[in-house]
Amino acid sequence: MGLLRDAVEACPACSTTIAEALKTGYVSQYIDDKKVEELEIKANDARELLIEMLTEAGSGHTAGPLGMADIFTALYFHVLNHDPKNPDWAERDRLILSNGHICPIHYVLMAMSGYFPVEELKTLRKFGTRLQGHPERMRLPGVETTSGPLGSGLGQACGMAYGARMDGKKFRTYCAMSDGEHDSGVTWEAVLFAGKNKLHNLTAIIDRNNIQIDGMTEDIMPLESLRAKYEAFNWHVLEIDGNNIEAFVDATHEAAAIFEKPTVIIAHTIPGKGIREMEFDYNWHGKPPKPEEAKKFLDELRTLGGKITSEHQ
Amino acid sequence: MTYPDAKLVADLSKTEMAPTRQGYGKGLVTAGEKDERVVVLCADLTESTFSHLFKEKFPGRFIEIGVAEQNLATVASGLANYGKIPFISSYAVFSPGRNNEQIRTNISLNNVPVKVAGAHAGISVGPDGATHQALEDIALMRVQPNMTVVVPCDVVEAEKATVAVAFNDKPSYIRLGREKSPVFTTPDTPFMLGRAEIYRDGKDAAIIGCGILLHNALIAAEELAGEGIECMVINSHTVKPIDVATIVAAAQKTGAVVSVEEHQVNGGLGSAIAEVLSKNYPVPQEFIGAQDRFGESGTAAELIQAFGLGKDAIKEAVKKVISRKK
Repeated sequence: MGLLRDAVEACPACSTTIAEALKTGYVSQYIDDKKVEELEIKANDARELLIEMLTEAGSGHTAGPLGMADIFTALYFHVLNHDPKNPDWAERDRLILSNGHICPIHYVLMAMSGYFPVEELKTLRKFGTRLQGHPERMRLPGVETTSGPLGSGLGQACGMAYGARMDGKKFRTYCAMSDGEHDSGVTWEAVLFAGKNKLHNLTAIIDRNNIQIDGMTEDIMPLESLRAKYEAFNWHVLEIDGNNIEAFVDATHEAAAIFEKPTVIIAHTIPGKGIREMEFDYNWHGKPPKPEEAKKFLDELRTLGGKITSEHQ
Repeated sequence: MTYPDAKLVADLSKTEMAPTRQGYGKGLVTAGEKDERVVVLCADLTESTFSHLFKEKFPGRFIEIGVAEQNLATVASGLANYGKIPFISSYAVFSPGRNNEQIRTNISLNNVPVKVAGAHAGISVGPDGATHQALEDIALMRVQPNMTVVVPCDVVEAEKATVAVAFNDKPSYIRLGREKSPVFTTPDTPFMLGRAEIYRDGKDAAIIGCGILLHNALIAAEELAGEGIECMVINSHTVKPIDVATIVAAAQKTGAVVSVEEHQVNGGLGSAIAEVLSKNYPVPQEFIGAQDRFGESGTAAELIQAFGLGKDAIKEAVKKVISRKK
């Protein structure tokens, strides 16, 4: 994935150096406007698949996965060094999903990038499925860990990053988290641990969408200033528009270039992003669309919010 | 007479004394020497869990977590998931007590080979009192699918058990005591995970126990023999997976069982034995253990007496269970 990787394949003469550079993570994967546009289209496709699968499942979370569609698309189609045909590849980057309830978008991107057939998305939450309501490592290859109970992902990501550094491994560990799980004490235990151990090969990504089940995060249990808190715990902090793919990719590059600290990317996302009716509405946190709503939402996505009309005329 | 094959010490009344947690520390070093994947994590209790023995030998493979038992479990889960064999050392009330959900989701359900070591388990913790006397940990751990549960009876067995769980490739719990307790097994005493060992043979009743109270059980059996009552004594150190065949055979031979453990009678080894018996060969059973109450301060000896865990209580239980035979 990525232009530089394409260049490696195209140019055997320089492939060794570039491949080495890529492996060490010292060289960022250049992203141009064309690639950004390509990823944006893929993110839109991901949202369509997401609405379809949630509607079929009849339960599950909608707003969070929609808000994280851009970041997961960027991760699976550009940022992560991974091999969908070989999910146990020892040198792969690790992606820990801490807030397991947004797994629908994780599943969609895993399917789109080739971990399993896209048709399998329709089995979400059904008896016998590999796509459990909350993701399970033992059921679906490519899922790094079982998650759902909030707060426990970052510690596991710390363990992976720590183990990798003990062995001189070059892969990076990413941990996708929610803002709501920062209410939980165990999250901060892990934040302390990563800061103490300067886990520079760890990048946390916080879905800062400001909603949780009972309402707005700042009403339930105020988290601000998240930046100041993480800085006080000895982390490098980046804040971005989490629905801007280019900004996210740039942030992952910067994270890879920081060697003294772990990095957290506070990604300000819009819950329900891509479907105007859902955006910013916490009522969509924990429910799926009904079939008649889904039709309307899919029309909106397929016309890119009304920008494309020809297909539907 | 104790079974010659059990290779116990010659005189049960004159044993050396050592805490099982010390055997854990030695076992960590042995396991660490055998395999460099072994790492040890601790939550601010390095010396009292004897993890310092490993830390001194392998400083680069020792990870201090601080007073953060939930993170202790999650970081270890990540390390195991990556490819290490992590032991996590703390007191049983905190781990697997406080971090039970992290162990459930991130270790047992994830099925990664983290080894949870719960020290200061049981009433024999003594003066620290109820807050620090774990009497529920066996129950907490044995209800989790994928989890192996081991309760060593002395320092020698603790070392063997530590090395054994290091290489069983499974989530595991090892339960350890604080107090010095009789060292009555020897390096030659057979030990295999999942296999209960018969330490004494008899036809009238079977005492099946785990942990340091097994010594009381052996003394009780010896004294009962003087009264003409012959008891089997079985060390069921692996509470899960429990050795069904040995327990059923003992029930068939004796027709009466006394379970002995330093744990609540609800949910521990006694309950595990009762499950085996009711499914396979129901016989009367008496339960030696904490009778649904919390601990309190005192010396270990005082508490063992007060909670009905001493040799006299075991003897009474044997007589009672024999009287219940039909």
